[in-house]
Amino acid sequence: MKVHFDSIGMRFGGVRVLDDINLSVNAGEFVCILGPSGCGKSTLLNIVGGFVTPTEGRVTIDGEPVTGPDPRRIFVFQERGVFPWLTVEENIGFGLFRQKDDEKRARIARYVQLVGLQGFERSYPRELSGGMKQRLEVARALAVDPDVLYLDEPFGALDSITRLQMRRELLRIWQAERKTILFVTHDIEESVQLADRVVVLSARPGRVRRVVDVNLAHPRDLSDPRYIALRDEIFGEIGLAHQI
Amino acid sequence: MKAEGRRQRAEGRIRAVVLGLVLLAFWALAVVVSGTKIFPSPMDVVRGLLELARRKLLWAYMGDSLFRVACGYLAAVAIGIPVGLAMGWWSSLARAANPVIQMLRPISPLAWMPLAVIWFGVSNLAPIFLIFLASVFPIIVATMNGVRNVPPMYVQAGRNFGLSTRALITRVLFPAILPRILVGLRIAFGVAWLVLVAAEMIAVDSGLGYLIIDARNAGKRYDLVVGGMLLIGLLGLILDTLIRRAETLRAVRWAFHE
Repeated sequence: MKVHFDSIGMRFGGVRVLDDINLSVNAGEFVCILGPSGCGKSTLLNIVGGFVTPTEGRVTIDGEPVTGPDPRRIFVFQERGVFPWLTVEENIGFGLFRQKDDEKRARIARYVQLVGLQGFERSYPRELSGGMKQRLEVARALAVDPDVLYLDEPFGALDSITRLQMRRELLRIWQAERKTILFVTHDIEESVQLADRVVVLSARPGRVRRVVDVNLAHPRDLSDPRYIALRDEIFGEIGLAHQI
Repeated sequence: MKAEGRRQRAEGRIRAVVLGLVLLAFWALAVVVSGTKIFPSPMDVVRGLLELARRKLLWAYMGDSLFRVACGYLAAVAIGIPVGLAMGWWSSLARAANPVIQMLRPISPLAWMPLAVIWFGVSNLAPIFLIFLASVFPIIVATMNGVRNVPPMYVQAGRNFGLSTRALITRVLFPAILPRILVGLRIAFGVAWLVLVAAEMIAVDSGLGYLIIDARNAGKRYDLVVGGMLLIGLLGLILDTLIRRAETLRAVRWAFHE
């Protein structure tokens, strides 16, 4: 067991946003935290990321309580998190200040390659598309070789075609690097396409309504009846009929 | 694209030169047509400035003015940036200090002139102090606002990668706000230059401001008055252009060019 949420509760002033969250995530597992806007799922990710202290309960990782951010576990924002004053390779090398120069160069080259940004090493983020910026941010996170990645609606600002491509990329990278991934999203399809398990949160205050195992091998066939059944089950769980 | 941009810039420059020549011609013509005995023609101004150059005063005055602005302005940079950083970072400090700053800021630096003369006498220090006062507030405010407007996720990401507070300031905060600081520096410089001239009309006996007031008082030399004005404008333009150059530096280019 890698990450363990132990009765996490959170209040902002008088408002309760999270209530008694218990969850365990295994090493190498891809878990989506799914819920409607405002259900506290981003807050939950900020708690496990060490940026916010919960008012109740605690998070442990490898048995140690989380007390602050830690380079072994990197938080990935929407693509706005890359540093605009650094080039692609400088961004990827940002967290590598403890490494020797050779090691740093080798890692930068490796992750430029992994996320397919060859030829853009010296470009600035403003010269990149949204999807490229997002890949850059993932590369910057992976370069420090963390155990865990936290992704907070990472593809929310991308157009729908790029978003699909990015999901495939992320799965490819996850399969290559075998990181533990916690991925927050409000997109049901996205969660069923990506995750080993989907944690469905209720509206505020966020509680775990249900944990759905997605026992489908990758690459997932989006017309597979089992995929559709799981997807519709979650639609139903959130109280949406899958009709428009 | 680049060639297109160069061509547009060249065209812009040509238009600026043409407009300048037209205004000069209009000035010369107006002097002739009105038959004024007081207002100098462009040639009178050039002759006046050449005479000043022969008396070795032209460069000395420009040098004195630039020296004073450099001292006051650099002191303002040295104090304004750290103070602005601190006020942006610790909001409690900003809450305490901001009302004072916002109250002092609208007081024209020229209003401090009597006090400056009492404190520093008739010396270089008085105008330097006024220039410092004029430029320090825009720098503080620009730096403080820069820090406050840094997207929190930059700082979060920096902490996530395990940066010490010091590294966080030098590797994240400072580069993130540098473009805003630069804009503040440019505004501050404009104000400093304005104040310099006024300050030199009172407390000292050299410099471009002094040239103007002295030329009028000692013999109504309006050619030198206008010459001094033009020199101030020209130097201001050159210095502003140099500061704008800084916007193309690698460290800040990301914020100024699309």
